[in-house]
Amino acid sequence: MTPLEKRNLKLGLLFCTPWLIGIGTFLLYPIVSAVIYSLCDYSVLLPPVYIGTENYRELFTDPLVYKSLWNTVVYATGSVFLSSLVSLTLALLLNTKVRGLGFYRTVFFLPSLMPVVAGSVLFMWLFNGHSGLINAFLAILGVNGPAWLADPRFAKLAMILMATWGSGHAMVIVLAGLQDVPTALHEAAIIDGATFWDRLWHVTLPMLSPVLYFNVIMGIIGGFQVFTQAFIMTDATGSPERSTLFFVLHLFNVAFQDLRMGYACALACMLFLIILSLTWVLTKVSARFIVYDR
Amino acid sequence: MRKLRHAVRHNQGRRSFLALALASACNAPPSLKGPRTIVYWEKWTNFEGEAIARVVQTFNEKELARAQAEPHYRPIQVERVTVSRIDEKLLVAIAGGEPPDIAGLTTSLLPAYAQKGALLDLTLPFQHAGIERGDFVPVYWDLCNFEGKTWAAPTAPVSLALHFNQRLFAEAGLNPDRAPVTIEELDAFAERLTRWEVRLPGGGVGIRSGYLNDVPATRKRLLQVGFLPGEPPWWLGHWGGFFGGKLLVGSRVTARAPENLRAYTWTQSYSRNLGVEILRKFRSGFGKFASGQNAFLSGQVAMQLQGVWMHNFIERYAPGMQWSAAPFPFPSDRPDLANHSMVEADVLVIPKGAKHPEEALEFLKYATSQEGLELLCLGQHKFTPRATESHAFQKAHSNPKISLFRQLGLSPTAFAAPQTGVWKEYGREMVAAYDAMAHLARTPQEALRDVELRMQSAVDRERRAWLRREPRP
Repeated sequence: MTPLEKRNLKLGLLFCTPWLIGIGTFLLYPIVSAVIYSLCDYSVLLPPVYIGTENYRELFTDPLVYKSLWNTVVYATGSVFLSSLVSLTLALLLNTKVRGLGFYRTVFFLPSLMPVVAGSVLFMWLFNGHSGLINAFLAILGVNGPAWLADPRFAKLAMILMATWGSGHAMVIVLAGLQDVPTALHEAAIIDGATFWDRLWHVTLPMLSPVLYFNVIMGIIGGFQVFTQAFIMTDATGSPERSTLFFVLHLFNVAFQDLRMGYACALACMLFLIILSLTWVLTKVSARFIVYDR
Repeated sequence: MRKLRHAVRHNQGRRSFLALALASACNAPPSLKGPRTIVYWEKWTNFEGEAIARVVQTFNEKELARAQAEPHYRPIQVERVTVSRIDEKLLVAIAGGEPPDIAGLTTSLLPAYAQKGALLDLTLPFQHAGIERGDFVPVYWDLCNFEGKTWAAPTAPVSLALHFNQRLFAEAGLNPDRAPVTIEELDAFAERLTRWEVRLPGGGVGIRSGYLNDVPATRKRLLQVGFLPGEPPWWLGHWGGFFGGKLLVGSRVTARAPENLRAYTWTQSYSRNLGVEILRKFRSGFGKFASGQNAFLSGQVAMQLQGVWMHNFIERYAPGMQWSAAPFPFPSDRPDLANHSMVEADVLVIPKGAKHPEEALEFLKYATSQEGLELLCLGQHKFTPRATESHAFQKAHSNPKISLFRQLGLSPTAFAAPQTGVWKEYGREMVAAYDAMAHLARTPQEALRDVELRMQSAVDRERRAWLRREPRP
């Protein structure tokens, strides 16, 4: 290594140091600790005791792991699909040239700024089976609405519907993507006699595919980490009949109610591996459909 | 001195605690150094919190008065901090090495805290301070003990009784001064107290009582129920106890004991009689507990299992309500269970790592003295867990049924949550099982079998962990 290269290396490391300290303290250390503690009986209050793979063996025989995983998969799939659909539709509408566009964009983005806790409390009222606004609206249509949050058949659906409330962020990203679609492609398609739907399917969506892919990946990561809604709306029980016991809620109960940090760390490691695998699979599968070349 | 403090912080044993107490007494620094401030965490707000504040204030004033009389005495001053979800936050604080000096918990949490080494063993300090079993109602004192050690002292006790709305009784043609005595009677009363709005075949609506199983759900709307075992949903895991069942015998989980199966078959009968869907909708209309829309206070539920505190909420949110309370009914073939009640208590503990354990013990001693407890329990409108109560306390108490609750606490048939470190997990399992049974998704046999299997493995796991840390011969 030449003196110049050495100097550059030192300078490079110096500039990287704040980031290295940050990632080391707040990311690397907790991750490594979680992996180590997942092999221990650890209640936080007493020193950890190494127990080998006992936590992992229990994890594979714990029916609540499978139950919570299933609930989470259903929620993540439903919420990602619905949020993507809503954000795409809103972005298409807000990409048109109408008066007061800025106002509409603000209005549709605003709900995503609401804290999840406040949103959860609000939706508890909206979904109230007896006097909720949603059932009142359904009654106008002649539909006898269910007791959303008290019925295991509808509780997860209610939370999936609630997820659309936070579509504002995804909408803004899609909107930015839409404005990046070359107008020349649309003009060429129009000259060729393409309808609106033809252009949407053959021009807009392929050009938006990297943006949609990004939203789906972020949505799935967020969906697998769903916690606050279920914590607030079911008082951490995952009721009714554990239909809203999501993976992270189960992890929280194990860690902070039962004080089984070792087992909770094993659950966290499992979640990390699941999200990592899903992202990898999605990246591989979607590679054929995503258009990066413009 | 520093070594001694360090030893106490890390719960190194009784001897160090006593040594510290003695060392502190010998080396008491002059008052010029200012008061010794201790931090006290409590969960209560509202009038219950105000009652605690009065106890703290009285103690602080007494300490200042003592400092006036004894110039070399450094008074102890208690700083009360109200903490929500105290059970979780206290653990985090202990784990972080910054716990309060004293904290309020409940008896059902003690075994888990003790097993995890979160609390100071108070057996010897209590002996030294003269705090003993004979001072208290035995059941509440015993709940402060686990694995042969004392971890806390009781402050505000709880016992449960059947509360009933006398106006609704009279409207249903029942004697408003007579509560049901047996479970069978409770069921009969409940049916009579259940009212529906029914759409009549010829048009118009009428009001009818009973379960109306002959009327289709589309033609009836539930207005009022006599009794709902799931309302309030706080003791869903304890119904077996009212039928003589136990959830844990030694280290054997007995969720599927015949008495428990009988109890949950009984609770499930309410879902069968009223209809699962109808109940879901009806219950969605209940307001918050502390509000006028409370199911019992608003007259939507005529009879309810409730604690000693219910009187306060009646006074506040439904003044003028005609109500009474009686021991919860027992099965007619089990008269030996008469006067039973589920009991638990608020307690004071000294967390591991507390910086001022001896000062905390001084405050604890006052707070659990007859004077301190009567001040607290009068403010919280509860009875005291002391073996005796002063005439002045009983006379000043506003709850007309307070003697009933005390008698239930003293009753030999009183029962409590099983003393196990996995009670929180057990409780969650029971709630999930109750849910499935109430929705008629599972039979009691199926639901309780799952609970038993899961919890037996949890109890065994906890036992293994305990033995790993504290090997016994």
